[in-house]
Amino acid sequence: MVKVVKPPRNDKLPLTRPVIGVAGKTGLWRNMKPLVNNVKCTRCYQCEIYCPVNAINVEPETGAMINYDYCKGCGLCMDVCPSGAITMIPETGE
Amino acid sequence: MGLRVALTGNHAVAYAVKLADPDVIAAYPITPQTSIVEKLAELIDKGELRARMIRVESEHSALAACFGAAVAGARTFTATSSQGLLYMHEFVHWVSRARIPVVMAIVSRTINTPWNIWPDHSDFVDQRDAGWVMSYAMDSQEAFDLTLQAFKVSEDPSVYLPVMVGLEGFIIGHTAMPVEIPDENIVKEWLGERRQPYVIDGSEPLGLGGLTFPEDTEDMFYHIQEAMNNAKNVIKKVDEEYGKLFGRKYGGLVSCYNCIDAKYIAISMGAWSGDLVEAVDKLREEGYPVGALRIRYYRPFPAEDIWEIVRNAKGIVVFDRAISFGAWGQIYTDLVAGFSLYTNKLPQMANIVAGIAGVNVISEDFYGILKSFIDKSESGTLERNYFAWIKVRR
Repeated sequence: MVKVVKPPRNDKLPLTRPVIGVAGKTGLWRNMKPLVNNVKCTRCYQCEIYCPVNAINVEPETGAMINYDYCKGCGLCMDVCPSGAITMIPETGE
Repeated sequence: MGLRVALTGNHAVAYAVKLADPDVIAAYPITPQTSIVEKLAELIDKGELRARMIRVESEHSALAACFGAAVAGARTFTATSSQGLLYMHEFVHWVSRARIPVVMAIVSRTINTPWNIWPDHSDFVDQRDAGWVMSYAMDSQEAFDLTLQAFKVSEDPSVYLPVMVGLEGFIIGHTAMPVEIPDENIVKEWLGERRQPYVIDGSEPLGLGGLTFPEDTEDMFYHIQEAMNNAKNVIKKVDEEYGKLFGRKYGGLVSCYNCIDAKYIAISMGAWSGDLVEAVDKLREEGYPVGALRIRYYRPFPAEDIWEIVRNAKGIVVFDRAISFGAWGQIYTDLVAGFSLYTNKLPQMANIVAGIAGVNVISEDFYGILKSFIDKSESGTLERNYFAWIKVRR
């Protein structure tokens, strides 16, 4: 068995815990924006799996939902979508 | 109370590891280390040790496997030598900088090339800047004791650093002497359960070693330096406890022989210290006031402990069994640097580099070197401190 015991002076350790958006809302970096056609979406989850910033959430009811606060517009989701349900449009800032 | 058995240094290490009851062992075979993990594999096979042996494709993977298992909460052990140690060097730094307790035996062997299997200290001292606590044994019994103590020191919360135990291949690794193995239950109670500063076992999302800004990284390294300083006291405390429980106390970071009234002190590390002690005996018989001081822990470097012992000595001869090419023996370098913090006037000193590549240095050689140094010092002909690489040929 292992016992976790902190060092007496509480030494700094090279550990990180996941947090949301320490770099701010990275969606501001986007110049192309993904749009989802949830009629075409088959809920295969490929876009959710491949999104490098974890900004897509696929639900059976609603289909793929993109969190535009953090989506950087890389277009990977469009590339991996097998049913052509995602298109990239120029970002207008609106 | 213990059991006395004839063990080679390597098997002594294996039996000490067995008593420490590790969960995971990973190693890659290399001469002269191999018989340590062979013995451990045998003990696992017989059911005498309940540990997982991970067979890996390289030493780099061996320490990486131990590191991963240790991060997840396992008590782990590995062993290597020479080229294998150099190959795993990247992970040597990973483990210490992550503050994860791991124990590793280094069965010293000269670094290539040319191919050479005989022992000097070149592989061991090459690791000196890596943040591991580093101890070095003089015989099989001490290899056993240092290995068992290594787990205790490594898992002390004020240390939390990995520990290396060195011993010379063949000279210690493959020659047998009676070794006392203490009672399993007393060891178990003394060593206690595995302790470490954090565990990554999937129960919570936790990242290790992510990009960290310079200031925070510097803080972490500063804490390693502090942990090294703490290790000095922990090592002494563990040595005391071990002495009380099992009857063998070595004196902490250094061990002394006839130092108290000595005017001249010879400093060494490892197996050849036995030959040095014989030379000291012979010189004492002839009336030379000489003593021998042996470095048991190379990191943290015991400069203060040594200075306390040698401060009144007239002359010091430092024997190094490794060379920092273009400079001097590594122990001498550390000693002079260390002494300079306690005095602005160094004693008369000589650095003798010898026994390189496994060349056999015997007590007569030590006798001759020490006698010549003392005679020169006494007659006032030793004009300045000196360095000499002495190539013994017979």
